[in-house]
Amino acid sequence: MIKRMFLALAIVAIAGCSSVPLDNVPVEDKSASAVAGQPGGPGGTESTVAPVAADEVAGTGAGPVNVARLIYFDYDSYVIKPEFQSMLESHARFLKANTRRKVSIEGHTDERGGREYNLALGQRRSEAVRRALGLLGVADGQIEAVSFGKEKPVALGSNEAAWAQNRRAEIVYLR
Amino acid sequence: MGEDFSIQRRACVAGLLMAPMYSALAQFRVEVTGVGLTQLPIAIAPFRGDAQAPQKIAAIVQADLERSGQFRPVDAAGAVLDEGSRPDLTPWRQKGADSLAAGSLTRLVDGRWDVRFRLWDVVRGQDLGGQSYAVTVGDLRLAAHRIADYIYEKLTGEKGVFSTRIAYVTKAANRYNLWVADSDGENAQSALASNEPIISPAWSANGLQLAYVSFESRKPVVYVHDVATGKRRLIANFRGSNSAPAWSPDGRTLAVTLSRDGGSQLYTIDANGGEPRRLTQSAGIDTEPVYSPDGRSIYFVSDRGGAPQIYRMPVSGGSPERVTFTGSYNISPAVSPDGRWLAYISRINGVFKLQVMELGSGTVNSITDTTADESPSFAPNGRLIVYATRQNGREALMTTTLDGKIKARLAGQGGDIREPDWGPFQK
Repeated sequence: MIKRMFLALAIVAIAGCSSVPLDNVPVEDKSASAVAGQPGGPGGTESTVAPVAADEVAGTGAGPVNVARLIYFDYDSYVIKPEFQSMLESHARFLKANTRRKVSIEGHTDERGGREYNLALGQRRSEAVRRALGLLGVADGQIEAVSFGKEKPVALGSNEAAWAQNRRAEIVYLR
Repeated sequence: MGEDFSIQRRACVAGLLMAPMYSALAQFRVEVTGVGLTQLPIAIAPFRGDAQAPQKIAAIVQADLERSGQFRPVDAAGAVLDEGSRPDLTPWRQKGADSLAAGSLTRLVDGRWDVRFRLWDVVRGQDLGGQSYAVTVGDLRLAAHRIADYIYEKLTGEKGVFSTRIAYVTKAANRYNLWVADSDGENAQSALASNEPIISPAWSANGLQLAYVSFESRKPVVYVHDVATGKRRLIANFRGSNSAPAWSPDGRTLAVTLSRDGGSQLYTIDANGGEPRRLTQSAGIDTEPVYSPDGRSIYFVSDRGGAPQIYRMPVSGGSPERVTFTGSYNISPAVSPDGRWLAYISRINGVFKLQVMELGSGTVNSITDTTADESPSFAPNGRLIVYATRQNGREALMTTTLDGKIKARLAGQGGDIREPDWGPFQK
């Protein structure tokens, strides 16, 4: 540092001359700090990223025959509308008769808003369905409420028709 | 950038600059708006050996400096210079350059590349030093970014962020990829590929690990992933949804959102795993935690008041205080490294806008003209914000200065691009 200041002074002293003497200012070698101790070992590429492929998801199982699996919601709402009550009762009957079967309730939102906040909104929808099934006598251990937020729309498009289809909870029977 | 401005000694005041202006460089675009910008004019001579090398070092350095908003390039095409030259600075002074950089790259016998450069203060006729790096071909861009960092720090007095990395997620044909890219969005390498969504990547403070939410097991779970080795471990896989990971500044703890006890609530969890500790107790949604830089507070989003707003609470627990008061939808907080600024997304008249609040005064500025802004994240020197948005119907990543005057669209893979997180300074 001090050396460099002396040099700067020396340069200022001869200012006016527009070409600069360089011999005394070495180019600082940063190779050691740049390469040593890197994951790839000595001489390895420092910025290397190891690629990973996520495993495939296990498939889903069969549930009650001829019973719908989707519950739709109004905008900004997690209230289950009366029209879905008989469908939920059918699922509850099936789960109470098949106590070893489990379901995942997957909550979804439309595309508007942040990803994490929508995840929490979707969770509210799936938990509303979980509570409804619980009130119909299904054991809590048979139901898991999760959320996909806005990540898995069924309808593409930025209009109310698409949004209404995407604001949903899906009952998924696990294998 | 061919306009002729009257050049002052130390800085160029581009006071007449009203319309957006675009860089001539092909791989990225810098958009400059507003008045009263002060930018340092710098000439970067073509590096000797650039023409034969797989990376054009001078172009990368120049693009970095331009994107920072603090530099204006001065044409140096055709200049024959390197770090060993004794350049006559008079013509550069006449061209309006305050600084000049030149260098070279040479292939070594072991296959690596030797990259060298030197920086001159044209106004004072002063040698500002230089550096050399011996790197593999895969680190040539990193060497260029380190040169830009050196120049940035020498001339502005602040640390550059060009050699840092950005993580982001793409979706193309229902395939999701988590990428680690250079700070200009180039040189992206896939850390994780999945058929299910990936969201909320978050860099650890040492820049070696990413925490993120993966839906690969048909529900959201939180992983911690060592980027260089690809080794990863489940950090939160509790009943219900697991999401929104945030690292404490010391790297020992993660704050997460869990629904294991019903409802989305905040918990902290040891970075090595273990039993989560509940942080919030509300009947509403609490999510998107971020630590303050001093590690003592957590900013988060809660709808406890009826609509999503940003709150702050002590890490040790205790009562949250509300931070945002304007509007009925404020989410995705990010705190600047100096703790002075809060960036977040606000829904205003039905569209989503990046906001920057000065925490001390509570003054808020809306700094974009896009309508689907998401996921702001500060550069480690606090001078830029990276965020996701939509442009011409496609998802895009942008960087902006805190005043919104200099914006650049980052290069990226095809398909939709989202969820950026700006990594820390590398050692």
